[in-house]
Amino acid sequence: MIKNKSLISINDFSRDEILRIIELAADFEANPNQRLLEGKIIASLFFEPSTRTRLSFETAMNRLGARIIGFSDVNATSTTKGETLKDTIKMVSNYADLIVMRHPLEGAARYASEQASVPVINAGDGANQHPTQTLLDMFSIMKTQGHLENIKIAMVGDLKYGRTVHSLLMAMSQFNPTFHFVAPDELKMPEEYKSFLREKNVSFTEHRDMNDILPEVDILYMTRVQKERFSDLIEYEKVKNTYVLRNAMLDNTKDNLRVLHPLPRVGEIDPDVDANPKAYYFKQAENGVYTRMAIIASILGVK
Amino acid sequence: MEKELKVSAIKDGTVIDHIPAQNLFKVISLLGLENIPNQITFGTNLESHKLGRKSIIKVADKFFADDEINKIALVAPEAKLNIIRNYEVVEKRVVEVPNEIIGYVRCFNPKCVTNHQPVPTRFYLVGKHPLALRCHYCEKVTTEEHLVIL
Ligand SMILES: [Zn+2]
Repeated sequence: MIKNKSLISINDFSRDEILRIIELAADFEANPNQRLLEGKIIASLFFEPSTRTRLSFETAMNRLGARIIGFSDVNATSTTKGETLKDTIKMVSNYADLIVMRHPLEGAARYASEQASVPVINAGDGANQHPTQTLLDMFSIMKTQGHLENIKIAMVGDLKYGRTVHSLLMAMSQFNPTFHFVAPDELKMPEEYKSFLREKNVSFTEHRDMNDILPEVDILYMTRVQKERFSDLIEYEKVKNTYVLRNAMLDNTKDNLRVLHPLPRVGEIDPDVDANPKAYYFKQAENGVYTRMAIIASILGVK
Repeated sequence: MEKELKVSAIKDGTVIDHIPAQNLFKVISLLGLENIPNQITFGTNLESHKLGRKSIIKVADKFFADDEINKIALVAPEAKLNIIRNYEVVEKRVVEVPNEIIGYVRCFNPKCVTNHQPVPTRFYLVGKHPLALRCHYCEKVTTEEHLVIL
């Protein structure tokens, strides 16, 4: 039962609950204006700015007919005057039926869910979790492949710090995938995730060059390779062009291949890919609205 | 047994032996011994085959509950307890790291909410040798080498 449950970490939702959200998201895509939350108030608390995530959530709330309170700039709130997170959450849970929150501290959303008398949806807590991103990624995989089982997924770029790839890896592991990790040495997939996969008997391979595996994969999940992650800038200069996808590289790939990216991109997908029918990242962002509608509607018990 | 003689005997109470010498004061503070009125004697830098230098604490008229004493397993995993009644050892116990550790270990992640807001820390035991604790909040694992007792 998802009703009244907080969504803090992707691990909070079972396989069946994930599938239920995906099914509902498809429903909302087919019929996006369903004012099921007329008379409900949702708090949108962004303790750090994230325009992209906030717009997606607030679009979902508006399409459901809910009213929104909150802030998108922490400087405008009493938090800067030293109010504790607990006090802010206690106060807001007396006003709203649901809290969506983004916070720079890791674990802040879990803590808020323990203090709130209403459910909390984590819209990102530092580098820790961003479960609605994972669910929209899975909805996108389902839509483009028709199912979630036995998918061959390449993850490219910053696999060390990228929380979206870590959460997606954990959640997809319930559906017997094959992973191919493509990263520079400094940004390789951490050992804890690899041992998680070994325990679950999920197969994976590691590469430095994405051309090695492009012809085999169903999903190409690109991430940003940020300069500031490198301790050695010479190393960055050496590898930066290796992790850029260009249209010509998609020539000998499978017809069902789709390119995903959590956005915003910097230089890792050349604009010449955008017109290729295999480019899916803008549609993926749109899928986020339907996925968030599904999550909100399920938690508030109207679907 | 002859080494115990270096610290005076007690009639009733608990003897905590095999504490690593460098962690004596952490054990005292974890058990809140500085705040109780009981008679307490301790010896430190005693020779031990296992630990090199060990400490021993004797607390008169005090018998610890499991969840109370198991707190010290993080800093004194080899600790042995002798329960004394009328100068006789009536029971021997060892300590065990609890599965859930609330309120006395610091999360090593500087960006964890517990290091910025007045939140009691909470961990789940995910490894014993070496010790590994997963933070309930930020989900990061604090290992033995980064362990700090609050
Ligand atoms: Zn933590």
